[in-house]
Amino acid sequence: MIEVKNINKSFDGKQILYDISAQFLGGNVNQIIGQSGSGKTVLMKSIIGLFKAESGEVLYDGRNLQEMTEKEIKILRREVGMLFQGSALFDSLTVLGNVMYPLEMFSSMTRIEMEKRAKFCLERVNLIDEKHHLFPGEISGGMQKRVAIARAIALNPKYLFCDEPNSGLDPVTSLVIDKLISDITKEYGITTIVNTHDMNSIMETGDHIILIKSGRKAWEGSKNDIFEEGNQDLEDFVFASDLFKSIRKKKTENNNQ
Amino acid sequence: MKRLFEDIGRYCQLMMRVFSRTDNRRMLWRQVPSEMVKLGTDSILLIAIISIFMGVIMTMQVILNTENPLLPRYTTGLMLRDTYLLEFSSTIMCLLLAGKVGSNIASEIGSMRVSEQIDAMEIMGVNSANYLIFPKIMGLVLFMPILVTLCVALGLIGGVGVAAFTDMITMDDFVYGLQYAFIPFYFTYSVIKSIVFGFIISSVSAFYGYYAYGGALAVGRASTNAVVKSSIIMLLMDIVLTDLMLT
Repeated sequence: MIEVKNINKSFDGKQILYDISAQFLGGNVNQIIGQSGSGKTVLMKSIIGLFKAESGEVLYDGRNLQEMTEKEIKILRREVGMLFQGSALFDSLTVLGNVMYPLEMFSSMTRIEMEKRAKFCLERVNLIDEKHHLFPGEISGGMQKRVAIARAIALNPKYLFCDEPNSGLDPVTSLVIDKLISDITKEYGITTIVNTHDMNSIMETGDHIILIKSGRKAWEGSKNDIFEEGNQDLEDFVFASDLFKSIRKKKTENNNQ
Repeated sequence: MKRLFEDIGRYCQLMMRVFSRTDNRRMLWRQVPSEMVKLGTDSILLIAIISIFMGVIMTMQVILNTENPLLPRYTTGLMLRDTYLLEFSSTIMCLLLAGKVGSNIASEIGSMRVSEQIDAMEIMGVNSANYLIFPKIMGLVLFMPILVTLCVALGLIGGVGVAAFTDMITMDDFVYGLQYAFIPFYFTYSVIKSIVFGFIISSVSAFYGYYAYGGALAVGRASTNAVVKSSIIMLLMDIVLTDLMLT
């Protein structure tokens, strides 16, 4: 479980996050949702420790990130996997090399064991053997995301962070990625935090959701609560599209009948 | 001025991370030979062409511009040798390398920064500064003596070519000039200077690449800064090193 308590963050005197608190449970896909520029990525990077929050606490199963020494943070980072918006695969390494990279850096496995583990992870994300020796530039965006997930789970992380995993993907591939993240989260009991503004993704996998608006937590709940809530900020975000407006309309009509 | 001091501070902090304890020594040192190839051997052709042609041109210029009967003919060989040993093989060659290697390092690391590859390393707990920059510094610094030797040798061969294929100077006069009043320390001086310059090119370029934030424009800016700033720092260090080692 990751617990965030009263996080505040600013850049060059401009406040980006205001007093955000939340709990992200293990085995759940926890989503941070909100419009572009609302502070989602800053919140996620503050939780990971890439940005240092000015005040507040981030607790990883009770361990306070702010009070950790550099050595303790390094150890914690080995329990963390991250899927970046642009995949962030290493251009100079093959698909297999990318997944083996964290194993080579931090495990004491032999090369054969590392290859076996990397191939297992790639198979887990449904990437067939013949793609393993290609470079990131030679595979599609969806495949790159799957390789990035395989790399993120290579060291059996306790915590998985996904920054807009569906950006640049078509709706079908997006669903595949969402399902993969959800399945892996449940299978390994990982505490997963996903940054997204993709409504399909929210409705598909949002076990626990927090809405960020202008750097403040505006709403907290699950995908089941989204259509039921009377929160104005949530409605402004969710019903921005005509599709969801019509769904709500139908739902309201059904309830009235 | 404030920006300059900030940059110096950040550069020092980065260098401390580069030379701090490594996460995986085996993986780190495995990269050094490939960096030597990328930064060193891939520069040989450029250095070779420039050294030979400059050797030929400088020899011809010296002959044509020193037609004073009071000046001995062997002066041509002597001037070419000392020019190459004292400045050309270290300073001028390194200024050329700053353009080729410096921009390569800055754009490579800068692209990794803007595409979040460096963040990915940091998330994994890898000391990205050490993993990415240390092999580049070592690769270039270790290869520098080879490039200096090659540069001097090919420059002098260019001069020999003028003596052999033209009637501007006799081979005896030229070779006598090459051997006249030779001070072996000049070669050591040149190698030491090139090692310092190699460190400046690789570390300053890596610094600008590592702190490139934004998109393609930031990478381009980092690349330009790497070449300009490392060239200026090298010229300043040239004065310091000359004063320290030759006076």
